[in-house]
Parts: sequence; C-alpha cells; structure tokens
Amino acid sequence: MDGTLVNVVIVGCGRVGARIAATLDQAGHRVSVVDINSASFRRLPQDFAGKAIVGTGIDEDVLKSADIEDADAFFAVTNGDNTNIMTAQIAQTVFEIPTVVARIYDPVREDTYRRMGIHTVCPTTTIASLMLSAIQGNN
Amino acid sequence: MYIIVVGGGKVGYYLTKTLVHEGYEVLLIEKNPAKCEIYTERFGAVVMNGDGAEASTLAAAGAGRADVVISVTGHDEDNLVICQLARHRFKVKRTIARVNNPKNEELFRRLGVDVTVNPTSVILSLIEQQIPDRHFVHLLALRHAKLAVVEASVAPESSICGRTVADIRLPNETSLIAILRGSDVIIPTGQTQFLAGDEIIAITRRESEEQLRDLLVTD
Repeated sequence: MDGTLVNVVIVGCGRVGARIAATLDQAGHRVSVVDINSASFRRLPQDFAGKAIVGTGIDEDVLKSADIEDADAFFAVTNGDNTNIMTAQIAQTVFEIPTVVARIYDPVREDTYRRMGIHTVCPTTTIASLMLSAIQGNN
Repeated sequence: MYIIVVGGGKVGYYLTKTLVHEGYEVLLIEKNPAKCEIYTERFGAVVMNGDGAEASTLAAAGAGRADVVISVTGHDEDNLVICQLARHRFKVKRTIARVNNPKNEELFRRLGVDVTVNPTSVILSLIEQQIPDRHFVHLLALRHAKLAVVEASVAPESSICGRTVADIRLPNETSLIAILRGSDVIIPTGQTQFLAGDEIIAITRRESEEQLRDLLVTD
C-alpha cells in the first residue's frame, strides 16, 4: 500500500482479523469484516468506521454484501483452515480479487495450496521458527 | 476398485454399507471415535478414525492408491478441501463431493472436483418433474458441454400451436429431440406441426434455456 486507499474484505473477526481491520480502518481504507458470530465484532475498536457483516465467508451472497466486488484485497483469517481455503478460492476465482491471503494452520495443507497458487500464511511454521530462532540466538 | 468415503453421517454410513455389500474395497474415514466403533462392529475393519482433511489421515488411508475419494460430510468447506487434497497431493483420479449449498455446485466444478452431488437440487428437480402444471422441466444437465436436456409441454394458448418446426425460430444451438404425442414418439422434421398437449424434449445450451422456455411455453 503506497498511500492510496484500498477496499478490503476480511473474513473472520478473531484477534488477527480484528487487528487487520482496525489498522486498515485507522489508515482510512474501506474495510468490511465478515464473521458468523456477531459477538466477535466486540473486538473491533469503538470508532471502527467499516462494515461488519454477520454470515459465513463461504457464501457468495454474504461476500457480495461485504462489497467484495469492489475489493482490492481479501484476507481469510477464520479459525478454520478449510473455511479459509474455500473463501479464499471464491475470492480468487469467482471475484478475481488481485490480492488474496489465507491463513492455514496445517503446514501440509498450507504447502498444498501455496503450490496451487494461493498466497498463504502458516502461523504454525512461522511461530515455530521464531521460537526456535530464540534458542539459536542464545547459542 | 478402492474407494475412500469421508464423513460417517447418514449419507456416508449408507454409502459405505452399500459399497461393502457390492464387493468394493472401501474405507470410511470418520472423525468421531464412538461412531467408528459402532460402524466397525457392523461393517468390519473398513472404518478409520481421523480427520479426512489432514493429509496424514489420507496417507494412512492409502489415498495414493485410491481410485475414488468421495467426501460426504455436512460441511462444504471440508468436502472441497478433502477432494482437492486427494486430487493434488495424492493424485486420485476421481473425486466426488456432496454439496450442501446448491450455489456451490458450479464453484466446486471450477475448483476441480469431478462430480458434485447436491441433495437439495436432486429433491428440487424431483419435485419439478412431479408437479403437473409445470410446463418446462429441466431433465438433465450435461456439465462438460454446458448443455441441458429439457421437457416442455405445449399449452393450448401457445403461439407455436399449429406451426411447424421450420416455422419457429429456436434459440442458437438448440435441437428438438422428440415430440411425445399421446402414446406416439415423433422424431421431428421441419414439417412436423406442433399441437397443444405435445411434450417436447429438446437439448439446448444452458444459457438459452430461458429463451426456449419463453418460446415453447409462454409465448
């Protein structure tokens, strides 16, 4: 993001989703957050100016109500790997969003979908290697 | 033939039961250990406890030598991922997914699932065929060619009554296959005349279906 404002859809309003949403919202970007549980939106800041949509991210109609058709970027960060994988593929193939990122906890699934051309983030391998680098740094 | 079924709900249960009975080599993967115990008692050693979306489970199930993987859990996202893992990691030739939300059928096909089975659509189409005053019924979708076989009944007020096949303008790439008139089956030619009460069977592009409906039924 080089200063231009973008439209972003985030599926999953857990700690990570809410944080991405709050950060982008404060920077003035147009943000929609989708979560199946309306209680999750409590994690958003009081002054959040974006949209909060209750529904599942694997339903095209729910994604449309989150303005996915105008989105420049899409983040799939629910706590379910399979939900993230499916919603990311909908964003990529059906709505042709240029930037789609999916969180996948299972390293094997992450590897498979990365090879299939999805931009993935695997917290398991990332965090494990950060932890390990802490020991290695002490040696 | 070796078939892996994922998901031991009612669909998976009866599917496994039938496939075992028909003599196929079958393995049912089910998450719930209690269900696995019950099923093992009933079917013998063809049940494995595990998450079918975990590559390690599929590997232990011998997915690499499976001819077909059928995913019939109640969650579309799980069925999609299980079929994609089977195809991309284990090179399974044929994958079949149950689709719970009818809107996902097309998506699954685009994402590489070979066959989708959607109970909602199946029941809907059965209802359509049973309702007597439906004048236009979708009989079959041929997915590779995006073709549909449809049946339409010619209403007495329809503008095509009394006209011949050569007289009407069918939508692009549409062919009339047969006309059912009473107990007769007529293979239509240009000279065949439409009569009220005719049942027309036609093949058409799926995008022309509406246009054909308008022509045969509502015009």
